[in-house]
Amino acid sequence: MADNVKPRVRVPKSASAGETITIKTLISHTMESGQRKDKEGNLIPRSIINRFVVDFNGENVIDVTLEPAISTNPYFQFDATVPETGEFTFTWYDDDGSVYTESKSIDVA
Amino acid sequence: MELTRRKALALGSGALAAYGVGILPAVASLADDEIAKVTGGAEAAAGELTVTAPEIAENGNTVPIEISAPGAVMVAIFADGNPTPNVATFKFGPLNPTRMAATRIRLASTQNVIAIAQMEDGSFQRAQAEVKVTIGGCGG
Amino acid sequence: MKNKTAKGLALVVACAIPVLSYAQDDNVLNIEGEVMITETAAPAHLDGLRTIYSGWRFRTPETQALQMDDFENPAMIFVDQALDLFEAVDGTEGKSCASCHAGPEEFAGLTATMPKVIGGKLTTMEDLLNGHRVEVMGAEPWKWSSADMQAMIALIGLQSRGMPMNVAVDGAAEPFYELGKEMYYTRYGQLELSCANCHENSYGMMIRADHLSQGQVNGFPTYRLKQAKLISRHNRFRGCIRDTRAETFAEGSDEFRALELYVASRSNGLSVETPAVRQ
Repeated sequence: MADNVKPRVRVPKSASAGETITIKTLISHTMESGQRKDKEGNLIPRSIINRFVVDFNGENVIDVTLEPAISTNPYFQFDATVPETGEFTFTWYDDDGSVYTESKSIDVA
Repeated sequence: MELTRRKALALGSGALAAYGVGILPAVASLADDEIAKVTGGAEAAAGELTVTAPEIAENGNTVPIEISAPGAVMVAIFADGNPTPNVATFKFGPLNPTRMAATRIRLASTQNVIAIAQMEDGSFQRAQAEVKVTIGGCGG
Repeated sequence: MKNKTAKGLALVVACAIPVLSYAQDDNVLNIEGEVMITETAAPAHLDGLRTIYSGWRFRTPETQALQMDDFENPAMIFVDQALDLFEAVDGTEGKSCASCHAGPEEFAGLTATMPKVIGGKLTTMEDLLNGHRVEVMGAEPWKWSSADMQAMIALIGLQSRGMPMNVAVDGAAEPFYELGKEMYYTRYGQLELSCANCHENSYGMMIRADHLSQGQVNGFPTYRLKQAKLISRHNRFRGCIRDTRAETFAEGSDEFRALELYVASRSNGLSVETPAVRQ
């Protein structure tokens, strides 16, 4: 597991049915690109978050494949419609096999 | 030969110039190859797809970009001056109304950020933005 | 003498035009509804400047935008980590920060006065935290620029955000202030540059592609886009002096403590912006 990986998501607490909401997500991760060299001149191996999936009540909102060109502490902003009250699940997949998750509920009137 | 500082500088800048001239076309075509993998060689025309990026990136490590692709099921982003051109691929699900996404990317040098969108009907769109990536003075 | 006058004149002419083109912008820094003071009259002890500006005013609109929203601000993820650290037990005494301190809000106002002389010693935030960790918690000291250290300093600094910088320069602080001031105006390195050459005489100009600020520290620890992490004041001093091609002082050295006091006092009146976002 990479060190100190912490997700942070911003989802409105409530919305009306069918409303478009904006979601912002951040996760602390070095996103080691595999291009950098250490002090001895050896390449530091790649170690990044390679996939980010967001679902709402089991239905997919967005599915992102990340490459080393995504900056350290990957940030994503996107929209979603919420048909009913439910829960967003956020999943980040690390090259090293770790999986990080976060979830946020939203009340829909 | 005695390697004076002058000679070393001349050698270095010569090599750099050769590197610069030699490598750029090769890298640009790397991006074209990756784009072709996505489109299967099909044409990608201008459409509603847009790429928003700063004209000048204050630091190439963290460049905020945004893509907007109404009606797209997938958008792939490339940076044609990076060592590897692939940046990210966004697949939009049924609960995604606007098909937009914003993120922060790394750009190694001044180059184009290229977006290729696959539309619901299987056709492709293309948009790009040039970002000047500067080498700072003391801070950069 | 003739040479120096010619050089001086050339420098003045060179300076005059670029300053008009690239001066700091007029944008207003509004963080989550709170307007920060990014421009004010220079403090009384500062002869070299009439007006002081926050470094925020010299950044591109994209960089500025990152600081105006606490979610957009990449530094906040480290502040979150510090909140966890606040609750974490560490050291032989089996205590966490939370064991004795109700919450980070307790430290409102502290950062605006740092560094300061405590018990005869010029003390920075790093010194304060480590002194506490070792003596009260029985914990290992954190390295100066470690992620944990800078995250905690950012968390505490955030509690002073919006308050004016107010570092003491008199009384016990005076000898350190004088030493720091001397360093600020000393030329270092093969490039023979002093802090003042860039940050007092040439702010607003471009040094290659970097827009020079006044080198204020009211936003530190700051999230630098270059390193994509929180950077301490001493870390930045090291970087600057290294860039003059000099053997630089160490983080946590007495020289840098004195320099930090002097540089921080130059921003007296500007709002604390910790954790700021810079290039």
